[in-house]
Amino acid sequence: MESVDLIYKAIYILVIFGITLLIATYSTYFERKIAAFIQDRVGPNRAGPAGLLQPLADAGKLFFKEDFIPTKANKALFIIGPGIAMLVATMSSAVIPFGDMLIVGGREIWLQAIEVNIGVLYVFGVVSLGVYGLMIGGWASNNKFSLLGAIRAASQNISYELAMGLSLIAVLMMTGSLSLREIAEQQQGFNWNIWYQPLGFLIFLVCAFAECNRTPFDLPESEAELIGGYHTEYGSMKLGMYLFAEYINIFVASAVMSTLYFGAYNFPFMENLRAAISDPVLANNVVTILGVIVMFAKIFAFIFFFMWVRWTLPRFRYDQLMKLGWQILIPLAILNVVLTGGAILLKDYLF
Amino acid sequence: MESLSNRSKKVQKREMTFAERAYLPAIAQGLGITLKHFFKKKATINYPEQTRERSDVWRGLHVLKRDEKGAERCTACGLCAVACPAEAITMTAGERKAGEEHLYREEKYAVTYEINMLRCIFCGMCEEACPKAAIFLQDDKLAPARYERDEFIYGKDRLVEPLKTTETK
Repeated sequence: MESVDLIYKAIYILVIFGITLLIATYSTYFERKIAAFIQDRVGPNRAGPAGLLQPLADAGKLFFKEDFIPTKANKALFIIGPGIAMLVATMSSAVIPFGDMLIVGGREIWLQAIEVNIGVLYVFGVVSLGVYGLMIGGWASNNKFSLLGAIRAASQNISYELAMGLSLIAVLMMTGSLSLREIAEQQQGFNWNIWYQPLGFLIFLVCAFAECNRTPFDLPESEAELIGGYHTEYGSMKLGMYLFAEYINIFVASAVMSTLYFGAYNFPFMENLRAAISDPVLANNVVTILGVIVMFAKIFAFIFFFMWVRWTLPRFRYDQLMKLGWQILIPLAILNVVLTGGAILLKDYLF
Repeated sequence: MESLSNRSKKVQKREMTFAERAYLPAIAQGLGITLKHFFKKKATINYPEQTRERSDVWRGLHVLKRDEKGAERCTACGLCAVACPAEAITMTAGERKAGEEHLYREEKYAVTYEINMLRCIFCGMCEEACPKAAIFLQDDKLAPARYERDEFIYGKDRLVEPLKTTETK
């Protein structure tokens, strides 16, 4: 790789990192705003115009609070816990194709940090590492409620990862590739996977909610039962890191869902637009930039959906959660795999 | 067995339909309700900038009125204090000196006049009892929240209507 490419990659990774953090920061603001709007209130509106500086005020507060570590806690692990959660959360956005290719001065610039041919596996591997952050933090707190929250988080994530992976297999059977870029490219125009995999998407969506520990699956941190779950003993910025990691996970889950099922950066009539502009370089760049905007619009729509559901549904009971995961979602996902396989065979047979 | 009143109803525990068991239609319905509220007009009144609209007969913070020449109307008769069911009003009476005619309308006036806003129930009996039309409950002001209990005892400095500055203009 040339040094120019390296510099470009470094800049791109920094930009994506910054955007991830920015979106996570403002997710907290929009969470509160959406919660308020759904409850007929106006939400934070004092810090800055329309309360837009509220996340900064919250972050400032968290930074200046006393960084407290309980005496009986395992100090090293207590600090490592939120670190792992944050690290893993920010790592997973590396393989997501946020856009197609820009041509600047004859040089092709791919709007993706790392192109690996096992992108889907990478995302899944990294996301499932995230449970270590919760486990270690919950265990190191030396508090029974934290430990219960951590155990709940671990068993919930393991249970739902199964159904998630199974629902994903159907997509992989269709596309025949593990590379996120290739999956995105195959959904050219309006040929999105959601039209072929509605059941798979539904299963994936439910599992994504469970993986992100969002309502109605927020049992690891159910404050009514477990005080605060795995982060009961945490305060100041370490708590902030956990909450932040959760919002980054929502962002990543939204990005993955839009890539796998909603055509990533593809939008209807993009080929018509490309053909309408005579200069091929300009046409490519216009379509790519529009594609990036479309991609982020899809991500924001999903983030909104996450929050919308949070303020609509009550929490599941733990046995209901387990029953849903093991007895309903996994058989459904297997059925989906079988149906997809049959459809692929039928398509080969007929055409 | 025949029931005594014949009013008891037989409760049937119906089997749930598939749509009910699938839970998703109910979720969609719930999401629809919350989305409706998302676009609804907000119930919040942004307090310091906006205030709730009050009726014309709203009984708020007291005021001790002056007459048209700017002299205090109160003669410290004590009828308001007697009428007050919460015993929130205290006063001491004094005699008007020569040369104070522009300050006090009658020969007797209130040297101190205090209302404890923590005791006051804003019933308006003082207003009803006053023979000199000196005390009124305003319809546009409230007793604001404060940090110290002492600050709720309103003296003449905060109760007497400020002098109209029209003649100086």
